[in-house]
Amino acid sequence: TLPFNSHLLLFLTSFLAAASSSFFMSCSRFLGSVGTIIIKCKDLRIIQLDIPGMEECLNIASSIEALSTLDSVTLMYPFFYRPMFEIVEDGWSAFLPEKEFEVLSSVTDEWRLSYINKDFSICPSYPPVVIVPRSIDDETLQKVAVYRHGGRFPVLSYYHKKNGMVMMRSSQPLTGTNGRRCKEDEKLVNATLRPGKRGYIIDTRSLNAAQQARAKGGGFEQEVYYPQWRRIHRCIERFNILQESLIKLVEACNDQSHNMDRWLSKLEASNWMTYIKEILTAACLAAQCIDREGASVLVHGTEGTDSTLQVTSLAQIILDPDCRTIQGFESLLVREWLQAGHPFQQRCAQSAYSNSKQKFEAPVFLLFLDCVWQILHQFPCSFEFNEHFLVTLFEHAYASQFGTFLGNNENERSKLKLQQKTMSLWSWVNQPEELKNFQNPLFEANSLVIWPSVAPQSLQLWEGVFLRWNRPSRFLDEAEEEMRRIIDYNRFLLDKVNSMRKQIMQTETEDGMDRMQEVDSAANV
Amino acid sequence: MEHIRTTKVEHVKLLDRFSTSNKSLAGTLYLTATHLLFIDANQRETWILHHHIAAVEKLPLTTSGCPLVIQCKNFRIVHFVVPRERDCHDIYNSLLQLSKAAKYEDLYAFSYNPKQNESEQVKGWQLIDLAEEYKRMGVPNDYWQLSDANRDYKICETYPRELYVPRTASKPIIVGSSKFRSKGRFPVLSYYHKDKKAAICRCSQPLSGFSARCLEDEHMLQAISKANPSNRYMYVMDTRPKLNAMANRAAGKGYENEDNYSNIRFQFVGIENIHVMRSSLQKLLEVSGTKGLSVNDFLSGLENSGWLRHIKAVLDAAVFLVKAVAVESASVLVHCSDGWDRTSQVCSLGALLLDSYYRTIKGFMVLIEKDWISFGHKFSDRCCQLDGDPKEISPVFTQFLECVWNLTEQFPQAFEYNEAFLLQIHEHVHSCQFGNFLGNCQKEREELKLKEKTYSLWPFLLDEQKKYQNPLYKPSFSPNLTLLEPNTVSFNFKFWRNMYHQFDRSMHPRQSVYDLIMDMSEQNKQLEEDIKQLEAKIKQKRGRSDAVLVKEHQQSAHPAPVMLKTPPFFKKDQPLIPLNDAVLIFAFAQWCLTRLQREVSVPCQLLSALHLLYQLDSDFPLKNILYKLVLYHTSETNITDNIGKRYQFVIV
Repeated sequence: TLPFNSHLLLFLTSFLAAASSSFFMSCSRFLGSVGTIIIKCKDLRIIQLDIPGMEECLNIASSIEALSTLDSVTLMYPFFYRPMFEIVEDGWSAFLPEKEFEVLSSVTDEWRLSYINKDFSICPSYPPVVIVPRSIDDETLQKVAVYRHGGRFPVLSYYHKKNGMVMMRSSQPLTGTNGRRCKEDEKLVNATLRPGKRGYIIDTRSLNAAQQARAKGGGFEQEVYYPQWRRIHRCIERFNILQESLIKLVEACNDQSHNMDRWLSKLEASNWMTYIKEILTAACLAAQCIDREGASVLVHGTEGTDSTLQVTSLAQIILDPDCRTIQGFESLLVREWLQAGHPFQQRCAQSAYSNSKQKFEAPVFLLFLDCVWQILHQFPCSFEFNEHFLVTLFEHAYASQFGTFLGNNENERSKLKLQQKTMSLWSWVNQPEELKNFQNPLFEANSLVIWPSVAPQSLQLWEGVFLRWNRPSRFLDEAEEEMRRIIDYNRFLLDKVNSMRKQIMQTETEDGMDRMQEVDSAANV
Repeated sequence: MEHIRTTKVEHVKLLDRFSTSNKSLAGTLYLTATHLLFIDANQRETWILHHHIAAVEKLPLTTSGCPLVIQCKNFRIVHFVVPRERDCHDIYNSLLQLSKAAKYEDLYAFSYNPKQNESEQVKGWQLIDLAEEYKRMGVPNDYWQLSDANRDYKICETYPRELYVPRTASKPIIVGSSKFRSKGRFPVLSYYHKDKKAAICRCSQPLSGFSARCLEDEHMLQAISKANPSNRYMYVMDTRPKLNAMANRAAGKGYENEDNYSNIRFQFVGIENIHVMRSSLQKLLEVSGTKGLSVNDFLSGLENSGWLRHIKAVLDAAVFLVKAVAVESASVLVHCSDGWDRTSQVCSLGALLLDSYYRTIKGFMVLIEKDWISFGHKFSDRCCQLDGDPKEISPVFTQFLECVWNLTEQFPQAFEYNEAFLLQIHEHVHSCQFGNFLGNCQKEREELKLKEKTYSLWPFLLDEQKKYQNPLYKPSFSPNLTLLEPNTVSFNFKFWRNMYHQFDRSMHPRQSVYDLIMDMSEQNKQLEEDIKQLEAKIKQKRGRSDAVLVKEHQQSAHPAPVMLKTPPFFKKDQPLIPLNDAVLIFAFAQWCLTRLQREVSVPCQLLSALHLLYQLDSDFPLKNILYKLVLYHTSETNITDNIGKRYQFVIV
């Protein structure tokens, strides 16, 4: 039993639901008989509660502490959350790989679905169903899986309808120090190439790091064995370096300092914007290889669960207009992040205010969302969704009443029986009345490839996340509202003018008909 | 023109400034008396006004030709490659001559002829009337009066003729005070806050040295504080860093000693001088102009340039000033060294924060005329209009515009004007195309007879004010409180990309929300007009036929949205024309048939439908639409069978 008084409990739970972020850290200090609890939330908000009575304050603090550091996933909110809305479309079955494949098979028959991983035995972090070249049988896949880190053999990530080029993703090959090769792997990789065409392998590590990986049994594709492929190294930072970056950035943003130099040097020292540029550049490179060079691409880093996914998913946003719609973006997240096995539970455990070192924590997904926001910022009419949608996804990835982002891969999710025991985020998001809040009123379907600028002058700090709680936003919100009003009013006026025009034309037609009949009858006479 | 040796060079290449792949555009370079013009192969024109050229540089010869880099005062940088070195040399020399005028009469403004007649020219100059502006503020009144002391520029050459001073400040006090102030710039009224009865006054530094004092000057300050019935304390803001002010004492200048002046509160606010600002901008431009710049180099370059720190310092000073006036109802006297750079920045920004009038298009013009032009900000020296001392150049006015831009970012609905307005003013401060900013002070302008020989910029900006209107502007923005209280925490200040990379298109967002909203809000006005006209038309028709009226009612019960005059951003997935509109289809099919069968008679409803469709889009894909129409039509039941059959014939 928790020693909350009922009023506070109500306040806290309502806050939980409203801000959809569970508390994560609290520290208490006392001034006289009033205790103060400072709550630092995963969505970067900081709340201070002054509570009269030392004992009460301590009780509340320890309860919050206990509740925010639950040991077991099954004790988390999604398992207790009961939706207050009616489910129109079940989000769990909204984006099935079979459905996605149907679309693909209507354009090409070079690919097939493989159920080789249906019991997660070949690759624990892959989904049960993957798309592979038709010419490669499951037996070959099995051998390739052994040769790739964590069993993550190359699978299809994206098919570029415009020219039939593809993007594959995998993990590093296990060449080791003695340069082991795997003919099946070479066969699989080459099966994605058109005759006479070359491909690009984008390794998301520096050459140095890739070489060092050999000592640990990893490595990279050697030119001798993959003569049709050109390897490009694009260093994207990973793991704890990213986490430190986030912590530094948030710290800088929370500093209400009037010292300009300190702010700029802190912003610089966080390196956050550098990582944004790195990731966007790598994604642009992949997109360029596919669209401009007409070459197929294989992307991997070490495990193929982090930087690899950033690159493949961003490249798709650049290339594929479908990914810029709400449904398409959700489908992209399901395919390239959830099913592809980005370990959300490890990466998004504590957010920026963690005081204990979390070994696997890293804001990989937040960086991806930030990159999407950068592109959205540069092409504000090409996305069906708005900034609020991205911010919401950020919040839910870290703390949510929905089960979507729980677990580290499909394997764990199926063990947790999330589909039966929790709600899908998509069931909630895709309700018409919720969707309204995420729609971009300026959206105009743009079937083109959109190339973002990665010049430092073009990149901006994502204020909607990082300065959200630090500055008054009233005037900006009101301006936003006014903008919406102008757009809505424009639609209203257009409709009205058109219906009036039509009305007039109708009467003119009637007139004309009458006259024509007159002419006809006159002619008959 | 004697300076032009070559007027036209062909096969010149224009390099992309930031592209790493050495992309270039070939074209022809023309040199005219006023402009450098480049026309590329796509017939796109790049005009560069000679006065805008800040520096021309010839780089070492390369295999493809002789590179010529031109840096402009509006931050455009163009990089040409001229095939022959001799041509390059000629152009280089010509531009060196043409970009630096030796005397005012050589400036563009004296030859610019916008085809206005004389009375329009005079009216243009009368558009901004400062006497009217002081009246708007509520002076003269019981405490403040117009002084004729400087009517003939006898007391201060760099002040305007008309100055407002406290009623209790007699002429001897004014004269005495002016003798104790650098360049004779004694304390005068800059802005009067009617409600608080507090004044913003401006002057230059006192010639106090280490111990000198001047009773008249002390009386002058006392007169200012007594002219404010709400608070007898007044602030004296020295906008310089304390160290600079102290150093000035050695030269017999300095700052007010609080012991000698009664009821003053003295405050330094630490804005750096023109030289620091000049080199800061230089550093900023070096960083932002680097090819293949990394994020960290950009951020550390931004930090090292100190530019944003200076912008923040200026705005912080204005915020301090505004707090004194708005919260304490205190009068404030602002000065720096000579009282024409930092003082102009702080006084004008203060007024902008206090008074919503200056946030309108006209009001902003007034503000610039008052605090910058009339009070003698040295535009000519600071913007290097004539070939002069390079140490006098400084981006003081640019900083002011940047502060305003920062405010528009924080208060998107508080300003009637937009960023384009600020950029356009910046453009013309340097263009020397209009007379407003020529010269260093009013006296000089009168001697140049600018009002007869040149034109005023403001009427031209007002004529095209649609371009400069902020679609989100709300005049009633915080109605009871016209005061703006900006947040000046560091993260609010951003690099002004649209100013410093205005001409580097590749860096800008590819789609501009702001432009769309502007177009839309413009279109909304047009649509409102259209609706009025259509309503009148419908009314007229209703009067004509009752039978039609009945049908109209039936129709309006199911209004099918017909997209006519569709704006570009709504084209989306909608078909070009409404396929469900039976009338149009009918008309079109008929027309199609008549064309095919070479029938001569064209029914009248067809004509009106056609007319409408042509209004839609002049180059509309007729064939496609016909095909679609006819295809669609085979399933349309509204039309008589007879006509339906004939359509099928057409498809075949």
